[in-house]
Amino acid sequence: MTCDIILCGVGGQGGLSVSVVIARAAMASGFVVKQSEIHGMSQRGGEVLANLRISDKEIYSPTIPKGKADIIFAFEPLEALRYLSWLSVEHGTVVAATTPIRNIPSYPDIESVLAEIRKLPRARLIDADALAKQAGNVRSANLVLVGAAADLLPIPPEAIEHEIVALFSRKGEAVVQANLKAFAYGRSIQHG
Amino acid sequence: MPYRLSRQGKGFAMTEMVLSGDEAVAQAALDAGLSGGFAYPGTPSTEIMEYLQEHLGDRAGTGDADGGAEQGSVVESRTAMRVAQWCANEKTAYESALGVSFAGKRAMVSMKHVGLNVAMDPFTNSALVKIHGGLVVVVADDPGMHSSQDEQDSRVLADFARVPCFEPSDQQEAYDMTRLAFDYSEKHEVPVLVRLTTRLAHARALVTMAPAREVADRGKCTDRYSWILMPEMARRRWLALLGKQAIFKADAEAASRLVLGSKELGVITCGLARAYYKENEDEWARAHGGERPSHLHIGRYPVGAEKIRALVAHVERVLVIEEGYPFIERDVRGIFGAPVPVAGKMTGEIPPAGELSAESVRSALGLHAIEGSAVAGIEVPGRPPQFCQGCPHADSITALKKALEGEAEFFTASDIGCYTLSALPPWNAVESCVDMGASAGMARGAASVGQKHAIGVIGDSTFYHSGMTNLIDAVRYRTPMTLIILDNGTTGMTGAQPTISGTSQLPKLLEGLGVEKEHIRVLEAHKRALDTNVAIIREEIAYNGVSVIVMVRECIEWLKKARKS
Repeated sequence: MTCDIILCGVGGQGGLSVSVVIARAAMASGFVVKQSEIHGMSQRGGEVLANLRISDKEIYSPTIPKGKADIIFAFEPLEALRYLSWLSVEHGTVVAATTPIRNIPSYPDIESVLAEIRKLPRARLIDADALAKQAGNVRSANLVLVGAAADLLPIPPEAIEHEIVALFSRKGEAVVQANLKAFAYGRSIQHG
Repeated sequence: MPYRLSRQGKGFAMTEMVLSGDEAVAQAALDAGLSGGFAYPGTPSTEIMEYLQEHLGDRAGTGDADGGAEQGSVVESRTAMRVAQWCANEKTAYESALGVSFAGKRAMVSMKHVGLNVAMDPFTNSALVKIHGGLVVVVADDPGMHSSQDEQDSRVLADFARVPCFEPSDQQEAYDMTRLAFDYSEKHEVPVLVRLTTRLAHARALVTMAPAREVADRGKCTDRYSWILMPEMARRRWLALLGKQAIFKADAEAASRLVLGSKELGVITCGLARAYYKENEDEWARAHGGERPSHLHIGRYPVGAEKIRALVAHVERVLVIEEGYPFIERDVRGIFGAPVPVAGKMTGEIPPAGELSAESVRSALGLHAIEGSAVAGIEVPGRPPQFCQGCPHADSITALKKALEGEAEFFTASDIGCYTLSALPPWNAVESCVDMGASAGMARGAASVGQKHAIGVIGDSTFYHSGMTNLIDAVRYRTPMTLIILDNGTTGMTGAQPTISGTSQLPKLLEGLGVEKEHIRVLEAHKRALDTNVAIIREEIAYNGVSVIVMVRECIEWLKKARKS
């Protein structure tokens, strides 16, 4: 069993901490993980990319080979399109937030971006910001996305909840609860 | 962030941690009894020092980074004197590490690949001295230039200095090899270079740690002639270093791993290349009747020839996979040619530029490419890095652009830092970015042969690193130039590490370097001061001598970090 996950977004969206939550939950569930990310220039409002590989046997490459990703978590919709060549044609799923971050002059029409994502055989477009607001913290939008793909992960949701508590507890109970709720809201979404 | 695992009820040992390559190196140094860690920030090596500082602090004995107790106040013994410090540049960091070694304790200096260029003088010469406390030099290369201006290969520089080089292939080896490097350094009285590359430095995996040893302290070196590199002594030391090469080679040879398999293909991997090869090995075997290629993995240098010869004698052709330059490949091909065909970077089966990937190695192995998904109907524009919202550099660059409006002739030389982003649209504000400190030197050089309005744009951290000395040249020759120091109190691009000296010290320093007091202008880097700033920049650019404008405001990233803690 392997589950190769690409997490992408824009610098400052906190995509890397979500990668840690899933990685820890996977290890606590007995899997081997390898995480890879790029720091430096990309932190300055540019593209951010993290690779997370989960397996029940030894993992070699720190990055996911093209065409092999099982899931792309896109915290920003345009970024989902950027990494499509990594997505497995046979079984890959894109799970993308619908809110654009338009910090470049040439940002395409958002409807055409979303339409491209909808064309994929397996795509889940989520209004993560709205659900995160409902959950009580707009910064928990990333966990809405994780919840929305919880059925695709080889990890029991309880393990993810456990790590959410562990990771956010130093930020106070309110933040923990909002993040747990965000994850639960994501899980409750029905996919067609 | 590094993390321990809490796997309840499964007997999960506390000696396992999920660490990046950088963190694994730092943890290994701590467990090896490190006393002094020194560095200048540089992607992808920065996290090594950040990790050390979390555990040691930058003042001896306090265990507290940045702003702990005064030096010496809580230190009880020499053993407790352990520090992890950011330094002015890689050369000063290296020399501090050398001092630690002379004092008989273990030292590590870490930097990015181009940092080693700055530290080349102490590096090459330290190969000749009789290293006393173990000295490990960690250099993180950046093939693919994710955050760098070139993709030089530090294995070549280790070879140049005639020092052993260890190249881990994963996070566990990053830990194990760094531990070993300290022992090896003391045993053979030589610095050891540990080479990382971006994907190893910044990828995370489970690492099993060995029990920590106590802080090493052999007492001060008593053989001073072995550290005085005057020609007479240096000649002896050079012969001693050359004499050790056979041992280094034999040890590297013993550490390399040869598995003979298929006669059809022999694969040589170095360092991280192993991961990309192993990713594809099963599939190659499936396509070739279940037999795997013969495989030699090299993780230490200088490399020996025996196992390479044994591999080549066994196979019909060879593929060399290494991150960086075709370093081993060139040896394997030799001047007279290898006895079997060799594929690699020099013949293009592996792309000669950029970093390796599972895909490029796959293609070099002759396996068909895996099709990914694709978008047909839309072009995905790039999203380049840019100034943070509210960045002081943006306000400084705006003022500079405005001050230059209508000027027919000018030269704006820039440097290495966040402000280099002003080279991109919509700013298009600077005309060069070459190396640390070059803005000041290039502006001066151009001005000295008649370039009008020569301006250097440099950050405070870069100024302390390598800009100051250029300014001394300018003062000496009274070169008509203006240096704009963007003083945000941090090294921003690498994640906001504090600059080596505080903002308040800068005008005094400039005065001390000989810049006239009335041409040291300290401005607020803020849009509310735009008109004043534009007027003053114009004034100083027009001045026929050396002028320095210091534009002051704290880095936004640093403020965020400070608020968090």
